[in-house]
Amino acid sequence: MDFDLTQEQKILKQSARDFLKKECPPSLLRELKSDEKGYLPRMWKKMAGLGWTGVMIPESFNGIGGDFIELSILLEAMGEVNCPSPFFSTIVLGAMPILLAGNENQKKALLPGIADGNLLTAFALTEPGQYFDPVHIAMEAAPDTDGYVLTGTKLFVENAHVADKIICAARTGGNPGDKNGLTLFIVNGKNPGIRVNRIQTLAHDHQCEVVLDHVRVSGNDVLGPVDGAFEILESIQARAVVAKCAELVGCLQTAFDMSVTYAKERNQFNRPIGSFQAVQHHLANMVLDVDGARFITYQAAWKIARDLPFRKDASMCKAWTGTAARQVTTLAHQIHGAIGFCEEMNLHLYYRKAKAGEVFFGDPAYHLEKVAQALGL
Amino acid sequence: MEFQFTQKQIDFRNEVLNFLKTELPSDWPDRMKYWPGGYGSMELNEDPEMVRTAIAFKNKLAEKGWLTISWPKEYGGKQYSYMEQAIYEDLIMYYKAPGMGIATGIAGPSILHFGTEENKKDWIPPIARGEINLWLGYSEPDAGSDLAAMRTTAIEDGDDYIINGQKIWSSAAHLSDYAWLAAKTDPDAKPHKGMSMFIVDNKSPGVTIRPLINILGSHSFNEVFFDNVRVPKRNLIGQKNMGFYYLMLALDFERLMVGIGAFAKMLEELIAYVKTAQRDGRPLSENVQVRQQIAYLATRLEVAYKFFWRTADMLDKGQQPSVEASALKLICTELSRKMADMSMEIMGPYGQLTGPSPWTPIRGMIPKGYLDCISATVGAGSSEIQRNIVAQRGLGLPRK
Ligand SMILES: Cc1cc2nc3c(=O)[nH]c(=O)nc-3n(C[C@H](O)[C@H](O)[C@H](O)COP(=O)(O)OP(=O)(O)OC[C@H]3O[C@@H](n4cnc5c(N)ncnc54)[C@H](O)[C@@H]3O)c2cc1C
Repeated sequence: MDFDLTQEQKILKQSARDFLKKECPPSLLRELKSDEKGYLPRMWKKMAGLGWTGVMIPESFNGIGGDFIELSILLEAMGEVNCPSPFFSTIVLGAMPILLAGNENQKKALLPGIADGNLLTAFALTEPGQYFDPVHIAMEAAPDTDGYVLTGTKLFVENAHVADKIICAARTGGNPGDKNGLTLFIVNGKNPGIRVNRIQTLAHDHQCEVVLDHVRVSGNDVLGPVDGAFEILESIQARAVVAKCAELVGCLQTAFDMSVTYAKERNQFNRPIGSFQAVQHHLANMVLDVDGARFITYQAAWKIARDLPFRKDASMCKAWTGTAARQVTTLAHQIHGAIGFCEEMNLHLYYRKAKAGEVFFGDPAYHLEKVAQALGL
Repeated sequence: MEFQFTQKQIDFRNEVLNFLKTELPSDWPDRMKYWPGGYGSMELNEDPEMVRTAIAFKNKLAEKGWLTISWPKEYGGKQYSYMEQAIYEDLIMYYKAPGMGIATGIAGPSILHFGTEENKKDWIPPIARGEINLWLGYSEPDAGSDLAAMRTTAIEDGDDYIINGQKIWSSAAHLSDYAWLAAKTDPDAKPHKGMSMFIVDNKSPGVTIRPLINILGSHSFNEVFFDNVRVPKRNLIGQKNMGFYYLMLALDFERLMVGIGAFAKMLEELIAYVKTAQRDGRPLSENVQVRQQIAYLATRLEVAYKFFWRTADMLDKGQQPSVEASALKLICTELSRKMADMSMEIMGPYGQLTGPSPWTPIRGMIPKGYLDCISATVGAGSSEIQRNIVAQRGLGLPRK
């Protein structure tokens, strides 16, 4: 057992923090909330220059290799400053599914572009009325000469408005509720049959409604097996929640650090508010949440990096960290009092991001159920 | 013991209910996106037509004497019981109607308690007629929970007091006429012995009100600066240097204003939502967890209502709820948080949707509440402070 990062990992973390400290103040999330793109292309270029966009991508596809722990370190650093960027939607929800399920042609066609920072992707899963379980997907992918025609609506598709490619789950067979019959497609984001509407969200995170109206997709753009995407979706989901938790760990840690500092600096009744046991107990409870989230997240990341079974860990990780995210940011607000209720303060940005992270790809209740199943219940 | 209203109270309740139904536009409660317990929502002032409706409505309430139900007749009240006042408040807040405020809920009762005869003559009639609005000038940058630490001074000068200092988090100061202000009249004395209460005209030279935007994006509160502001001595409320005790009583009155009816309304909306909305093809109301959550909220609300009626019962028996006001404030504002948390859990990913869209549940109320409930457990004295009051003042536990 060793709970510390290796020397190399520490260097990566420090350099990521240094870069973001210069380029990405936590307030950027607020500044870009109504921005047309929702991210800064200049900063994105620089991230690509640092190799971040190539983090999970093998060198043969212009990437830098790297494993899930390195990915998590980058995400944690981004979470610390609420970094608004297409990183998650492109790397975790684009490069990773392609790496998991793509054929050589697809990898060759897409991964170098992602690694270079020139190609952005989005991931379209949930449909109106659906929550977290992909078995309910209903969108029809009707067979057509040498391809498929997709029609339907997807929700919560982050960064679809800027995506060059949208990875979209649809039904080639079976009925909603069936595991069989699901297929993943790589759809051209600029296809004229696609209408993208930005939706306003709590976390200012540029999620979209994506309406596909008879969108033709060639058979070459099927990602993974026809009718057999369920297992891939589960695997994507499990990895994505661990990645999201890494981001949340950064978010939590920062909200927590801000609270400790504030509790020491803010005086009421002629003493620091941190000297009141009520405040101390809040902070002590937060320590368990924050440290627990870090441990369980990096354990899951480590298992993924080592190719060990990790599904149960991923769900435990999401259940704990999702709840911790909410509790820690809520208590952080409680400790800050009225000052935290001001728009111009940054704390509420963490509170918003924590909530979005909590419901991303399964809330704590959903993942606890998965844990129960993994325990044989 | 009796856990029901008297016939007179039932009749009064029906009268208020009918009045609300006939006098307010039917979509009024839907347009007021006030989250139960929250202190940060300010829809009303954003739409001039709603403001006009609100003023007209309030005038009618004043005519009926309902703004001051429990006050003595000689002060423009109806001299009904406090229970009737509580019944009125419950319904007003259920409809999110403009029928309660700082003037009638806090300043008025405080003046009736400790104001001089001159104070009562000056202020009670316009308050009872609903003509003036006041804002609460307590908090300062370095005096939040610890109000004794306030630095704003009011120094005697001829026929006036001269006020200098800064207030902060002053809700609706920009929409009000007067400050209900606490200031130090003897800055060298022990805090509890050197504070006084004043009513200060917002239009006085030297008053500057600067907006603060809250996390809902609303201009609800302000910073207010007092630069050599002259206030006539007759605007001193009660006795000089007694202000800290007056303030404690005023805070008790404030903590009775929990907006309980708004909780009931929100719970009804939640129930209606889960009955119709589908989750993965099944009604949300069939989901075991959702059922538990709704039942949990309903149970907590039922208990909170008991804390609410209990304070009215005490007042009718001549007792002043103080620790009980804190307990009421605590249970309601913690419910504000719980209701927001559980609603968000029920909505899952749809709880994130803030803007108008076909997928946005309950008019975007839920994420709004998730933000505003932050202020519930902070404003009017934080939950930690309420717990301290219950433990120390209520149970007599030692402070050190
Ligand atoms: C939306 C909103 C509207 C408001 N409107 C008004 C208004 O109109 N007029 C007005 O005067 N004020 C208003 N307030 C201010 C409100 O009364 C204060 O925010 C509140 O009293 C807390 O003070 P503070 O924010 O300075 O926090 P602090 O007092 O700095 O408290 C910070 C943290 O320390 C804790 N703490 C402090 N002392 C103790 C203790 N002794 N024991 C344990 N824990 C402690 C608190 O509970 C809190 O968690 C408003 C606040 C909000 C959020």
